[in-house]
Amino acid sequence: MYTYNDFDEAFVRNRVAQFRAQVERRIDGSLTEDEFKPLRLMNGLYLQLHAYMLRVAVPYGTLNSAQMRQLAFIADKWDKGYGHFTTRQNIQYNWPELRDVPDMLDALADVGMHAIQTSGNTIRNVTADHFAGAAADEIEDPRPVAELLRQWSTDHPEFQFLPRKFKIAVTGSSTDRAVTKAHDIGLRMVRNEAGEPGFEVIIGGGLGRTPMVGKVIRDFLPREDLLPYCEAIVSVYNVLGRRDNKYKARIKITVHENGLDVMRDKIEAAFAEKKAQFDGVDQELLAGIEQHFAAPTFKTADTAGYEAARLANPAFRSWTDTNLSAHKADGYAIVSISIKKHGNTPGDATSDQMRVMADLAERYGHNELRISHEQNVILPHVHKSDLHAIYTALREADLATANIGLISDIIACPGMDYCALATARSIPVAQEIAERFEELKLEHEVGPLKIKISGCINACGHHHVGHIGILGLDRAGVENYQITLGGDGSEDATIGERAGPGFSSEDIVPAIERLVLGYIEMRESPEETFLSAYRRLGMAPFKAVLYPSEEKANAA
Amino acid sequence: MSRTFTPKVVTANALLEGDAIWLTEDDRWTRDIREAELIEDEAHATIRLLHGQSQPDVAVGVYLADAKESADGPTTTHFREAFRTRGPSNYAHGKQVEL
Repeated sequence: MYTYNDFDEAFVRNRVAQFRAQVERRIDGSLTEDEFKPLRLMNGLYLQLHAYMLRVAVPYGTLNSAQMRQLAFIADKWDKGYGHFTTRQNIQYNWPELRDVPDMLDALADVGMHAIQTSGNTIRNVTADHFAGAAADEIEDPRPVAELLRQWSTDHPEFQFLPRKFKIAVTGSSTDRAVTKAHDIGLRMVRNEAGEPGFEVIIGGGLGRTPMVGKVIRDFLPREDLLPYCEAIVSVYNVLGRRDNKYKARIKITVHENGLDVMRDKIEAAFAEKKAQFDGVDQELLAGIEQHFAAPTFKTADTAGYEAARLANPAFRSWTDTNLSAHKADGYAIVSISIKKHGNTPGDATSDQMRVMADLAERYGHNELRISHEQNVILPHVHKSDLHAIYTALREADLATANIGLISDIIACPGMDYCALATARSIPVAQEIAERFEELKLEHEVGPLKIKISGCINACGHHHVGHIGILGLDRAGVENYQITLGGDGSEDATIGERAGPGFSSEDIVPAIERLVLGYIEMRESPEETFLSAYRRLGMAPFKAVLYPSEEKANAA
Repeated sequence: MSRTFTPKVVTANALLEGDAIWLTEDDRWTRDIREAELIEDEAHATIRLLHGQSQPDVAVGVYLADAKESADGPTTTHFREAFRTRGPSNYAHGKQVEL
């Protein structure tokens, strides 16, 4: 994976020194809060309900063991011994004090990490498929281009004051695990007729108060055109995007208001200009970056012990059934470590757990870890002969929950337990749903089901693309939860449809239970997933189980 | 028709620690809403808000929040403000254990 060169190191250190001086000037009164706020946001520092929050970038979700250990160290030294992994593959600390933040940033710089552009109206952390470089279905590892985009977008002088934030996601396979269609720019690797890899370029996707599925603006972009083309997109948006209304400032609105054809014409014109200014240095850089992402040397070993352990240990077997994905190398698997133990906070890992995962990655996983947008941690390269040892160690660390892709593998934003923007809590709803289905012992029978919960309309919890989405709102001073159905964040991206009136915090979990039990009744076979059943049957029967009293009233 | 004024407290986040604080009648910032000044008069609320906002070295994001009287002193009327007096619901962190 990428390691900082002297330029990166100097840049990040210099930024920490700048921010240290800015914090001092804020504390001694030389800077007002209005002056300081944009500076702290550029460095990932928010002020939330109970404390500051520091959002640290995990570029394209990739970490090594030393970095994960440092995240644990920071959690212990300056926070409350845990961190929260987010839907943008970042990690958030919920309790830093202002004076300590420059030291935290220096500690991050010690391991080649930073919090730059994790907030503000800039190009944010570039996210990628969390199985990048490992997935069996991959065309190419998307991380070299993600790193190139990171370098290009970091402190890009033209793009520090965009109309609004700007998010880019990239995936190297046709299976979209990076929700590319819900990003300002989504890049999906495809091959052209000659078999060469390039990108399908999608723009104008996004969730939030105006959810939109991104639109393809280029079917095939040669790889070498990536930076000038992205620069063209962002520069057109920078001029055309609305600055008069925060809620209409994202590129999805720019695309919607101007139309895809106008956008394409402007972008292609800008691209022609930009392309002429690129002299090939970006491709030299990319070639250098690619060296950092060379695949590890995969080993060959006997997997008979693994098969025997599966037969002997049902709990291990269950874990391997849910938490493993197909790896491109023979004898290897991708391990998803669930950070969703029933009843715990989705995405929260303690410092001890971080250290266990770092140790496992170092010992068995070619020193690599990933953070998924679904708030789990991935060991991308594990030989099957090591799986039982890993499982045993995970179990001791309370990290062996076998629920990846199931009903308790819930995405939830921090909601009103932490977030100043939230209109309701998300975490307790996620906790209660997970505990309820654990109690019913039903989740394996229910099968693949993605529940996603946001505590406000900004949709950090991706509720629009949850098979079941839950949106927490404030209705006349009371928490109220709206349900959407049929959303999908995959390559078939679909925005979920609102089921009807919201539910109180007491009624939301029973409503989800009715919905899921209703699905089990209605499905054609256990193989028909919730999403497939919804697509076959439509909203009406699901609505009927969600709102039984209305049905009765109608019948009477 | 003018809106009826409902009682308020002046609240903010502390500059250094970032946690919720409230303005008291004797011009202190307290971490316990029960010690806050409950303001029943709109004109007085404006003055107290300005007073809070004039202390950027202590308080960030000063605003007036709805509150009401209780046996123990001022208390919140909205769940968001109530969470600010306690901390998150997923861990025993924040004011619920610190106060």
